[in-house]
Amino acid sequence: MNGAQDMGGMMGFGPVVAERDGPVFHAAWERRAFALTLAMAGPGGWNIDQSRAARESLHPAQYLAKSYYEIWLAGLEKLMAERGLITPEEIAAGASLQPGRPVTGVLAAGRVESVLARGRPTERAALTPAGFQVGERVRARNLHPSGHTRLPRYVRGHVGRVTHVHGAHVLPDAHAAGLGEDPQWLYTVRFAAQELWGEAADRTVSVAVDAWESYLEAV
Amino acid sequence: MHDEHDHDHDHGSHLSEVEVRVRALESILVAKGYVDPKALDLLIETYETRVGPHNGARVVARAWADANYKERLLKDATAAIAELGYTGRQGEHMVAVENTDAVHNLVVCTLCSCYPWPVLGLPPVWYKSAPYRSRAVLDPRSVLADFGVTLPSDKEIRVWDSTAEIRYLVLPQRPAGAETWSEEKLATLVTRDSMIGTGLAKSPAEAS
Repeated sequence: MNGAQDMGGMMGFGPVVAERDGPVFHAAWERRAFALTLAMAGPGGWNIDQSRAARESLHPAQYLAKSYYEIWLAGLEKLMAERGLITPEEIAAGASLQPGRPVTGVLAAGRVESVLARGRPTERAALTPAGFQVGERVRARNLHPSGHTRLPRYVRGHVGRVTHVHGAHVLPDAHAAGLGEDPQWLYTVRFAAQELWGEAADRTVSVAVDAWESYLEAV
Repeated sequence: MHDEHDHDHDHGSHLSEVEVRVRALESILVAKGYVDPKALDLLIETYETRVGPHNGARVVARAWADANYKERLLKDATAAIAELGYTGRQGEHMVAVENTDAVHNLVVCTLCSCYPWPVLGLPPVWYKSAPYRSRAVLDPRSVLADFGVTLPSDKEIRVWDSTAEIRYLVLPQRPAGAETWSEEKLATLVTRDSMIGTGLAKSPAEAS
């Protein structure tokens, strides 16, 4: 969706405030919000694309006003509420008012290390040959889906060149919608800054995005 | 770890609204049997102490010291990084991109905050911020200026927007003057920012 998360090319946010040796977390609650979000994915049964979709579908004004882990927290509450794992009354009361629902996949301390080390690879067996090859010119399609997508607005309609073919990967659009993994070929496509931002842009700059096959069309 | 809630917060002795909300949420989820508080402690400890840019610095130092390793890293970064024991979450599919005299690489995630956790740990606040995410793709030289980095005006800048599950690690240029340094010592020249592209590796003089 064309939400506030899609920030590439926006203006007016001011300078980047660089922090060289800052702490990993800036408040104690950030630690717990981070860990709760990771730990709840198992019992909650949602995938990473559903997590991202939950955060992105916050009202744009809220998304821009919240700090990073406040966005995570709001996304987590939303995902749990949608699945009936916690009720709005419980969030308001700050207390559990009814027994938990039966869940599987609770993350036990003994499994943390192996779960993190394994990760969740997204590459799948390709069922079709790749539609595009390295070096080929492609156009990012002018798509504006109302659901989750990973095609940023600033490349839509623009022509770039394929630099990498990464194999078939889980398609976030389908995965976030609960429609399965629908793996598609994934490419890195590089665009000249002047193609994206006009003739006044820096000739020495180019920008690459990773784009699934259905995001692209032949030129 | 729970006791720290009362102490290390900007707001002094009273708890902020969000602090109260997160505490309550944790107690609800524990009461319902959804989370194991010891697992939460371990997740936090992992990314506060064990996994961080020192991992990536070892990868870069190895690539600087060992031409064969560098070749493997640029060809299949996931496998080469796994040789040093760094695998898993948010680093499942790694690509290493090399800075040279002609090319500088800069990594961003405009859509959220995708970042190569196994080699760099969790992203710094600025990486997740609107100023960085909005401008890195539009005007990377001005972003570099915010970091005090000025590159020659004819140097090519390649920005990588991490829009899928591919995670990018910048292989910074090896500074001059460290030709005889051991791999371990070379790692002290590698900063987090140099592996994102918002900085350069330290010179031997800067490191001492």
